[in-house]
Amino acid sequence: MNIHQFDVIIVGAGGSGLMAGLYASRNAKTAVISKLYPTRSHTGAAQGGISAALGNVEEDRIEWHTYDTVKGSDYLGDQEAIEFMCQEAPEAVLELEHMGLPFDRTPEGKISQRPFGGHTNNVTGKPVSRACHAADRTGHMILQTLYQQCLKNNVNFFDEFQVIELLTSNGKASGVVAIELATGELHVFQAKAVIMATGGHGRIFEVTSNAYAYTGDGAALVLRKGIPLEDMEFFQFHPTGIYKLGILITEGVRGDGGVLINGKGERFMPKYAPSVKDLASRDVVSRAIYTEIRAGRGVDGSNFVYLDVRPETVNKFAEIDGRTNPDGTKYTVTGEQILKKLPDIIDFCRVYLGVDPVTQMMPIQPTAHYSMGGIPTNKYGEVIVDDHNTTYPGLYAVGECACVSVHGGNRLGTNSLLDLIVFGKHAGLKAAEYSSRVPFEDLPQNPEANVKNELDGLRQGSGKESVYDIATDMKKVMFDLVGIYRNEKDMQTAIDKIHELQQRYSQVKIVDTGRIFNTELINAWELGNMLQIAEVIAISALNRQESRGGHSREDFPKRDDQNWLKHTLVTKQGKELKISYKPVSITKYQPKERVY
Amino acid sequence: MLVTLKVFRFNPDVDKKWHYETYKIEAPETDRILDLLEKVKGHFDGTLSFRRSCAHGVCGSDAMRINGRNQLACKTLVRDLGDKITVEPILGLKVIKDLIVDMEPFFDHYKTVLPFFINNDPLPENGKERLQSPEERARFDETTKCILCACCTTSCPSFWAGETYLGPAALVTAHRFIFDSRDQAASERLKIISETDGVSRCHTVFNCTMACPREIQITKAIGELKLAMITGKLD
Repeated sequence: MNIHQFDVIIVGAGGSGLMAGLYASRNAKTAVISKLYPTRSHTGAAQGGISAALGNVEEDRIEWHTYDTVKGSDYLGDQEAIEFMCQEAPEAVLELEHMGLPFDRTPEGKISQRPFGGHTNNVTGKPVSRACHAADRTGHMILQTLYQQCLKNNVNFFDEFQVIELLTSNGKASGVVAIELATGELHVFQAKAVIMATGGHGRIFEVTSNAYAYTGDGAALVLRKGIPLEDMEFFQFHPTGIYKLGILITEGVRGDGGVLINGKGERFMPKYAPSVKDLASRDVVSRAIYTEIRAGRGVDGSNFVYLDVRPETVNKFAEIDGRTNPDGTKYTVTGEQILKKLPDIIDFCRVYLGVDPVTQMMPIQPTAHYSMGGIPTNKYGEVIVDDHNTTYPGLYAVGECACVSVHGGNRLGTNSLLDLIVFGKHAGLKAAEYSSRVPFEDLPQNPEANVKNELDGLRQGSGKESVYDIATDMKKVMFDLVGIYRNEKDMQTAIDKIHELQQRYSQVKIVDTGRIFNTELINAWELGNMLQIAEVIAISALNRQESRGGHSREDFPKRDDQNWLKHTLVTKQGKELKISYKPVSITKYQPKERVY
Repeated sequence: MLVTLKVFRFNPDVDKKWHYETYKIEAPETDRILDLLEKVKGHFDGTLSFRRSCAHGVCGSDAMRINGRNQLACKTLVRDLGDKITVEPILGLKVIKDLIVDMEPFFDHYKTVLPFFINNDPLPENGKERLQSPEERARFDETTKCILCACCTTSCPSFWAGETYLGPAALVTAHRFIFDSRDQAASERLKIISETDGVSRCHTVFNCTMACPREIQITKAIGELKLAMITGKLD
């Protein structure tokens, strides 16, 4: 048995985990544990930008960013946390620049900014340039920069270690148990504070932009300890995924003037969002695409539409929309400029579709992209276990696995990267501060016993069922029945099917009996997490009898603030999932109708 | 189409020596090689091991030798290769299991070139960004694209000949910082890469440039480093 002791353990090495690692390690003995090499983390796939009201290319205000985020969340976001995040945003982005992040630049040498969905000038209602970007690989640059800074500051890393259990003692977090992938050995990490930064769980859906690693490990580990998950029914479908593959095409394409075109060759977004059109928030645009498809206006009657960023199209609609540059001149683009602004997108389209976006339209469909819900926390990343803001001592969560909640019912593009940086920093500081004033808790007897039992279970099943087949069925059930549009009948069917799949899962037997890089064992274990999270999502969604943000009920098409302006909490008691609710923090912005 | 997929196999728990297994898979020509490997793992042999994560060419996990060329399995399609496909681990790093190699020496080389931004001047007094012109930013854009997949380093004959050579990926990282107008440690980095296992072991074979899935002009970048080393100038 390998035993390690650190003041602060961080599980996950994406943007939020690395940021937490940087800050915690200044004041506490810290280690970051990740199932991937840190630079493989999914933050690296983020494309378009990170938002902050810097006002580098046109007037912008922190209050506008705050209001846009509240409105984007369909009023489910906690306004106190949103105010905090937007207030911290300029400093967070400038700190990244000071760490060396290679942002694109304005002619004056400042950080360049571009428009993004749902971000507006609150006076004119027009899109505002708030997304700070480094070409269309902003997430890649953030991930690289933070990892580099961690190396510079000698942060400890345990790469390719899969955390299998969260340890608790006396109602406090006391460490984690992990398997070292290269050797198959178990390691026990004793810690005063544990920060979950494990990312999302988009892999439960058939068409997704998410990495294979996105299996909801952190959320599932926490749920098992009797800690609730919040607002899990709110899952974002990004409007523009590459048809069938789900690979993300950044909203920046529309920010730079790209438009959506249906099978009849019509630009359809003005019907759904007369003011900002193709730059409405993601839930609105995804529903619009589905509505077009259902009305038979998909391309060739099929289930996709086109995204068109060819210069002639961009220039035509920019003229119709009266779009201007910040200096008042007419907005136009050339093929060369498109190439320069969107090099990765153009590469993806060429490789996977054989399509050149400068001269051809891109076939797209909405793709499962981001979980607004997650482990409930306050703005310091401290995990909250009830509706009275009671914290779970020593336990923290940040990034996509957490729910602060700043995204509420629907996240605005570029706010996820901001979330990682702002809350990663504060959770790191808070965890280090906490660990400086408390002793280590005693570890449970045989801390690795549960893990051994659990993994043995996967080795000793009857072998009637395969991980691959169960996963395939789960993804289809979730995408078809708990996707963009939902109704009671479909969701009840989904829940029944998930229960069936969970039964089948107990019959799984892995064939790889080896110790070294037993990826089959890990994949089987991850599937257990995904089935658990799928069940939580479906039950949360079935219970919420209204439509809000990314949760659209055909049988309850209206938002219902009277009954449903509240956060869902799902807690596991034995095998049962219990649902409760807690209020939304509202400061300045009273809910009103949401129109784009 | 029916694809014949030949895969390098080695399981250190049971095998004394590596071997190849061949699988016949029905797959659309738009399938990624990664999709084929997932199908083999799901339907034929759960023990087949390989790294993967993002599945669209940005995380760098699944560098492999595919039909003799270093590529990412998620960025190479059946239609690029036809119906006979051979997949092997990248060369020059120790095979741990099947397509998984020991990446530690690779990351160790990365860490030797001071792969982080260094500027010890006080921050701008207004708290704002350090200014950089679009031209200065463009100077090192190419080398910011690197995802550390190791396709380049493990295609380099100089690296095969001796793994102490820093290799193209570490040099790309050095380039990214040396040509950043805001960074102040160019001379330290130039000193590191001017040592025996540095740029002088690049013999402009261009394998790295051919292999890079991010289409970075690596040989050109290394050439710029050599020039900077000789002239002591960065422009």
